[in-house]
Amino acid sequence: MKSLMVILLAAMLTDNFVLSKFMGICPFLGVSKKLDSATGMGLAVTFVMICATLVTYPIHHGILVPNELEYLDTVVFIMVIALFVQLVETMLKKCIPSLYSSLGVYLPLITTNCAVLGVTVLNIDNSYSFVQSIVNALGGGLGFMLSLVIFSGVRKKMEYADIPETFKGVPATLIAASIVSVSFMGFSGLFS
Amino acid sequence: MADKKMSLGHELTKGILKENPTLVMLLGMCPTLAVTTQAKNGIGMGLATTFVLFGSNIVISALRKVIPDKVRIPSFIVIIASFVTLIGFLLEGFVPDLYDSLGIYLTLITVNCIIFGRAEMFASKNGVVASACDAIGMGIGFTLALFLMGSVREIIGAGQWMGMDIPVINDNPMLLFIMPAGGFFTLGVIIAVVNKISNKKPPQELGCSGCPHAEVCGKAGDCQ
Repeated sequence: MKSLMVILLAAMLTDNFVLSKFMGICPFLGVSKKLDSATGMGLAVTFVMICATLVTYPIHHGILVPNELEYLDTVVFIMVIALFVQLVETMLKKCIPSLYSSLGVYLPLITTNCAVLGVTVLNIDNSYSFVQSIVNALGGGLGFMLSLVIFSGVRKKMEYADIPETFKGVPATLIAASIVSVSFMGFSGLFS
Repeated sequence: MADKKMSLGHELTKGILKENPTLVMLLGMCPTLAVTTQAKNGIGMGLATTFVLFGSNIVISALRKVIPDKVRIPSFIVIIASFVTLIGFLLEGFVPDLYDSLGIYLTLITVNCIIFGRAEMFASKNGVVASACDAIGMGIGFTLALFLMGSVREIIGAGQWMGMDIPVINDNPMLLFIMPAGGFFTLGVIIAVVNKISNKKPPQELGCSGCPHAEVCGKAGDCQ
């Protein structure tokens, strides 16, 4: 049984969703140009990851497993996440408008984010307990935010760099991501 | 008639080079980076995605007049997820090795932007035959891109290719290339090379056009 601290730090650093599992690359490359949008997106993903885990875990263990319907995981999870994101968006708009104005715009983007579906499926695959699953989702979300925030700093510097014409745009961004990923490799072996 | 044939041929071939989903339109980056540590996995992932794309494109285009516009996104997701479950069963039964090495990324085909993008941009607007051709073309383009990525990473990073040893590199392979960092690097260089060859202006923007949330994305300010 892994301790909760190890799960949290492993999900954040050694198994970082973006830089070592390649989940959520689209928002990583798309929303990392400015620091505040990177933070907003990171918070929204963390929030949805935890909520999605809270919802999908009981569904898997309470409804699908007793009826031997585990193979429906993918279909059910993606639907539940899509519905849930919609619900959260409506509720935030109504109840906490201040939070909605900072997170709201990112919420619809997250429905089809592979990191969110990924974390729910990984929790089931690793047969984590309920608490472990939530901690894993928290770590995954914080790790996502960390890489987004770090990368937004890197991109700010890149704006002033003189890059060869062919490499301008996405190629240069990917190569910069590769270097950030190398720095995260330094964490590997920390918890094994 | 000749016209129709021409256009079907165009649908079939455009995905391979001109509108290559990964290297030109920059869709579906997650699987491109994640499973291409070996050329073999690249082909497997490419073919699995092609299967899902083929099935979902046909079904969505056949149902395009039945599905109300407002609920099209959930409907597409369910259709795509069903095909992903199906290919999961097929791979688990017939090619368990590949099933194990693709792991969670097989499930994640559900949220692959290529499939969603083709459903939204093409299948929901065109006939069944054209959509099927589009799916095959895009699938082949995706498979070729993954195969290329996988080959480069396997040859440089492991000194092997499709199970064969490559003489000189095999003595001292650059392990970095089969690690995550090498994935980002290889993709960046390959896209740059494709830009250079096709002599086009480098893509400044990600392929958000296929994203169902492109409008919302615009509101977010700077999703490219």
